[in-house]
Amino acid sequence: MYSIILATASKYLLLLLQMFSLFLLFRGHNEPGGGFVGGLVAASAYALYFIANGISEAEKLLKIDPFYLIATGLMIAVSSILPSLLVGLDVMKAIWIDTGIPFLGKAGTPLVFDIGVYFLVLGITLKIMFSLAEEDRQ
Amino acid sequence: MSVSQIIIFPILLPLASAIAMLFFRRSVMVQRIISLLTSFLLLTAAGVLLSAVISEGVLTLQVGGWAAPFGITLAADLLSAVMVAVSALIGLTTVIYSFAVIDSERERFFYYPLFQMLMMGINGAFLTGDVFNLYVWFEVMLISSFVLLVLGGTPVQLEGAIKYVTINLLSSSVFLAASGILYGIAGTLNMAELARITPDLAQKELLAVVSVLFMITFGIKAAVFPLFFWLPASYHTPPVAVAAIFAGLLTKVGVYALIRFFTTVFSHEAVFINEVLLVGSALTMLSGVLGAVAQYDLRKLLSFHIVSQIGYMIFGLAVHSPLAIAGALIYIVHNIIAKTNLFYISGIIERICSTCDLKKTGGVYARYPVIGILFLIPALGLAGIPPLSGFWAKFVVIKAGFEAGEYVVTGIAVLVSLLTLFSMMKIWNEAFWKDMPRKDYAAGENSYDSMGIGQRVLLFSPVVALALLTVLLGVFFEPVFRLAESAALQLLDTEAYIVPILGGKE
Amino acid sequence: MTLLLAIVTGCLYAAGIFLILRRNMVKVIFGLILLGHGANLLIFTVGRLTKGVPAFVPAATDVLTGEYADPLPQALILTAIVIGFGLQAFTIVLFKRTWLTLGTEDLDMMKATDELPRE
Repeated sequence: MYSIILATASKYLLLLLQMFSLFLLFRGHNEPGGGFVGGLVAASAYALYFIANGISEAEKLLKIDPFYLIATGLMIAVSSILPSLLVGLDVMKAIWIDTGIPFLGKAGTPLVFDIGVYFLVLGITLKIMFSLAEEDRQ
Repeated sequence: MSVSQIIIFPILLPLASAIAMLFFRRSVMVQRIISLLTSFLLLTAAGVLLSAVISEGVLTLQVGGWAAPFGITLAADLLSAVMVAVSALIGLTTVIYSFAVIDSERERFFYYPLFQMLMMGINGAFLTGDVFNLYVWFEVMLISSFVLLVLGGTPVQLEGAIKYVTINLLSSSVFLAASGILYGIAGTLNMAELARITPDLAQKELLAVVSVLFMITFGIKAAVFPLFFWLPASYHTPPVAVAAIFAGLLTKVGVYALIRFFTTVFSHEAVFINEVLLVGSALTMLSGVLGAVAQYDLRKLLSFHIVSQIGYMIFGLAVHSPLAIAGALIYIVHNIIAKTNLFYISGIIERICSTCDLKKTGGVYARYPVIGILFLIPALGLAGIPPLSGFWAKFVVIKAGFEAGEYVVTGIAVLVSLLTLFSMMKIWNEAFWKDMPRKDYAAGENSYDSMGIGQRVLLFSPVVALALLTVLLGVFFEPVFRLAESAALQLLDTEAYIVPILGGKE
Repeated sequence: MTLLLAIVTGCLYAAGIFLILRRNMVKVIFGLILLGHGANLLIFTVGRLTKGVPAFVPAATDVLTGEYADPLPQALILTAIVIGFGLQAFTIVLFKRTWLTLGTEDLDMMKATDELPRE
């Protein structure tokens, strides 16, 4: 079923929801939000696009295989361990830097971890979605 | 970087390499190189860790900088360090062996990343100092082992996996419930803190229930009688490299957890638990070896042997004297090395005769005498023939049994080792000695004869290395024994574990 | 409230154990899921129930004072739920593959791994 209203709306909603997901990601450490929720919201944006436009359009939009999003997410998350290891603090101890940049605020290794989780959740959700759609097509 | 940061590397290295390999999912060659490199690094890290623990005592690391008992503690005492070192060694040899035997279809479906995740789970379980964290590492280990077990998806693999998965999920839920109740009673899950406060707790009965729950969950993982039936039903189904790493390491993680819990954490419950474990160990030894004697499938026979050998380790733990626990530790190390090697060799026999059914094999010694010798070393080692490592391991355990006055169970242990020798001789007679019944040696793509020289080097170097180690452990037994003895003393002296983590008593 | 939760936990365990003893694979997986839920609820119950006092540090101070709910059981449960979810998803896929490959969901029919080789 193709609905022109939903298809048009989903393009704008995609952008809006992605911005919202980033907002959730960055406010996440001390307030409700974070990488997990952010990733889910971003994935739901793609899910909406996929429902409106079909699976091949969604895959074209994403450009890369969600599998690599999973790998990237894992890599970013694990790399957040390294700074504390190199400095010689206890492993995985949070290191914070006050950037003073508005909106971003305090940045540190937990944020790196959260970004990793964001990509991981996004990748896994999309992978599940595409696999199910693939099975449906066959 | 401080010394204790070395603890994180046996966990971090496999994880990092597994992730790195995901980026090269199309290129099996790159994955192979990464896994080989990681395994070497892991072995190095484990060696450094072991030497650091020997020279400096128990090392601890508070993850995230949260002080114990509030954060997650990683701790390496001698037992953990030795286990990590042995598992790193087995990881390296199995990776090399996998290059020769794992088919390209499985290699492309993330065999190597999964293998490294399994190593991470195993090392994590050895190094953690927190009960709930141990649960998490068990699950990491389980999920990777599940996937490795079904990779390839042949009907018999799926059947074996159903049994393995179901019983392990059950054991996990018991583990979870037990740690929940333990937290309810004690208010902490840090092992050192538990070791300190549980002797003075008021709710003794509930604590006894919890310790029995832990015994059941680790008993399932370690395949102790009567909880072992999943093991011979599933371990012969996956490819031989996977079966080898499972046989070598997975059950021993269960044994490690039993030792850790009933020496360090629940030391005061030891009297009651040890009686149960003592009976359990005797029945484990007997039922395992009787199952092995009855089998005519090479890998099923070896799977039953795993169960039987677990009995000796549990026996050492149940006797609970320093000598007995030292014996159990030596037994674990010896068994991991010999058992993995036997599985490697069973893979070679399967390649030569194209079957694991001992009635259809034969004539291997006549064709390839060297393989016969290589089989005899771990086989006689397992049966306990001097001067191989198994002799000393059995000797120490049995001596401790006699010293403790457990004559019946010790007698069973002696009898079982005779039956072990019998079943090893059965393999020898059926696979190596007698003539090949149908003269139809395997030919074609997957056979031994079609392997190139490079592949044979990959196939044999792990076997030779482990056989050499079996001999060396037996010949140079004294330093091994000293190490095991100090590890056992460290285990029985709970303060030695508590003080480095929590500091001295206020 | 504790009593109610204890009864619910008991019912979940009873139902779970009953189901894993069935011969049908689908019932077994339901049983395992119920056992997982039972364990989670058990942790929640034995971790002491404290009503209406979340473990938030008041703005003016640095430490928690007075009575507050212990957040650790909840953290344990959250972890256990996530892990359990992953394992259960895997198990369901495994059972489905097995059903497609072997054509049966009766666990008593799956004895190829235990049979002695036939001549």
